Amino acid sequence: MTFNRRAFIGTAAAAMTLSAPMVRAASHGKPRVVIVGGGAGGATAARYIAKDSEGEIDVLLIEPTKTYYTCFFSNLVIGGFRTIDSIAHSYGTLASEYGVNVVHDWAVGVDRDARTVALAGGGSVPYDKLILSPGIDFVDGAVPGWDVTAQNAMPHAYKAGSQTALLKAQVEAMPEGGTFVMVAPPNPFRCPPGPYERISMVAHALKQTNPTAKIIIADPKANFSKQGLFEEGWEQHYAGMITRIGPDFGGQNVTVNPAEMTVDIDGEVIKADACNVIPAQKAGRIAELAGVTEGNWAPVNPTDMSSKADPDIYVLGDAAAQGDMPKSGFSANSQAKVCANAVRGALTGSRVFPAKYANTCWSLIATDDGVKVGAAYEPTAEKIASVDSFISQNDEDAATRKTTYQESLGWYDGITTDMFG
Amino acid sequence: MRTRSRLAALALALCPAQGAGAQDLGDAARGETLFRHCKACHQVGQGARDRVGPHLNNLFGRRAGAHEGFRYSKDMMRAASGGLEWHADTLHIYIENPKNLVSGTRMSFDGLPDARDRADLLAYLRRFSADPSDIPEADPTATGTDHTVDPEILAIVGDPEYGEYLSSECTTCHRADGGDSGIPSITLWPEEDFVIAMHAYKNQYRAHPVMRMIAGRLSDDEIAALAAYFGSLDQ
Repeated sequence: MTFNRRAFIGTAAAAMTLSAPMVRAASHGKPRVVIVGGGAGGATAARYIAKDSEGEIDVLLIEPTKTYYTCFFSNLVIGGFRTIDSIAHSYGTLASEYGVNVVHDWAVGVDRDARTVALAGGGSVPYDKLILSPGIDFVDGAVPGWDVTAQNAMPHAYKAGSQTALLKAQVEAMPEGGTFVMVAPPNPFRCPPGPYERISMVAHALKQTNPTAKIIIADPKANFSKQGLFEEGWEQHYAGMITRIGPDFGGQNVTVNPAEMTVDIDGEVIKADACNVIPAQKAGRIAELAGVTEGNWAPVNPTDMSSKADPDIYVLGDAAAQGDMPKSGFSANSQAKVCANAVRGALTGSRVFPAKYANTCWSLIATDDGVKVGAAYEPTAEKIASVDSFISQNDEDAATRKTTYQESLGWYDGITTDMFG
Repeated sequence: MRTRSRLAALALALCPAQGAGAQDLGDAARGETLFRHCKACHQVGQGARDRVGPHLNNLFGRRAGAHEGFRYSKDMMRAASGGLEWHADTLHIYIENPKNLVSGTRMSFDGLPDARDRADLLAYLRRFSADPSDIPEADPTATGTDHTVDPEILAIVGDPEYGEYLSSECTTCHRADGGDSGIPSITLWPEEDFVIAMHAYKNQYRAHPVMRMIAGRLSDDEIAALAAYFGSLDQ
């Protein structure tokens, strides 16, 4: 018995084509997809739509920076395991190999009736389908005393690049026995294990050069991702160095003074030699300007990442409210491929396949001590729901942890190739 | 032969004191046990066929990348055109860490760092080569796969277009160009081996947690589709 998948899908695709006729923009010959944001969601979507449509769709990517620094692995730069250059990527291959029209500009508005995106540099570009993958912005006033004008004194380093280099330099410049303070964000936020991997990397860096230094985390959350693994690793590698103040001790009640370099945690004022403030987060501003957000995030349909507010707009990655997937580069990349398949189907009548999503987050705790957590996801009527998951175990041997770390290096090469070609 | 002699010198330089140079025969019985590292991809012995990797009969004296019908990586072909041949010395270097010798090889193997292990493994493998001659007439085939799959599942004809879509989930980690640092290459595998490996994860016979999860929710037809797609990729 051989089940004939080809015939089955063929029938399904034919039926779908009838209900979703090809879209042709009036203004130009080919349908056009405009993508805002060239990170794990946007770059992947651009590459897949351009690659798979083989010239049938115009793909225009709006991304302000010419060099993209991946947020994933930026903690490893702080720990000294990677150079900043090794997490830098350009859009050259997307343009030269895939024909993506890369526009280095800010998208500053969306006219949903006219289906155009306004650019900061002037003018606007029309779209048939718009994909928003803008990542995060910070909630104003989330940490009293901090705003972006203070980000040199107290870096967030939660958008990688100059902020990453700055925080690394500040850790290195700490006086002997000095104090590093992190103000951790409330849920939901980009990269759930990110702050705690960062703590591990700061501890690793300090252990080499400044072993009497102290690390304090003010945390508004009772629990965090991979908590058992991190806490075990901290005890093993950095005993006595790290103190976490959770909400039971006022870790949510924080005010900072960047001019004085002090942090007030529930009434106790601490002098910081380096301070990493990671504020509460929301969808990148263009999502709000497009009018597709509810509260801080943009709700999407779980089958194809289309906005619940507008069928011609899709929202990927951190900015989307989709259900159970964590806000991670892996998730954004996974969502982008489902979205690319759906967008291409809507514009050219190509076959549309069922959505499958996945995520894995690797974290490095110390040299060759890597851990991971991951899950598989599928769309339900209400949300993208977790259907299966795994996590590294507490008692794993050193060889397993080393393999996990090496696997994360392989994944980095894989996903960045998948994004940028 | 320039490449070979240079590599031979390198081999001697790498393990001068370990007594496991090219002339050391090693313990073939122990090597047979060590061959478990290789069995998921390579067959050797009577009836051995090419699987994920080429079969290893008559390996000694074979020119690299020259085994007819097997699709090698570009780097292996480049090394071959530079004159690389498989002898005890070059095999020692290759098995110690394949990427040190052929940086872009698709052989996803961390290597055997212990010189004694390598010597033993090579002693086992040379039993299956005419040069040096030692082919055991009735040696059973060393099977290349770790479990069997229902022939009905193996017979499913995969839909490569669906496989291409599904493959986008794989390429977040596994590179479509066949590169494999830290994560194995999965391109150009024989479809049957791909299907067997995926079902081994799906049925929890293989350990890797990510792969168990990914394979666990793929249907038999979806696994066939992926096998068809990855098997059809160019290098």
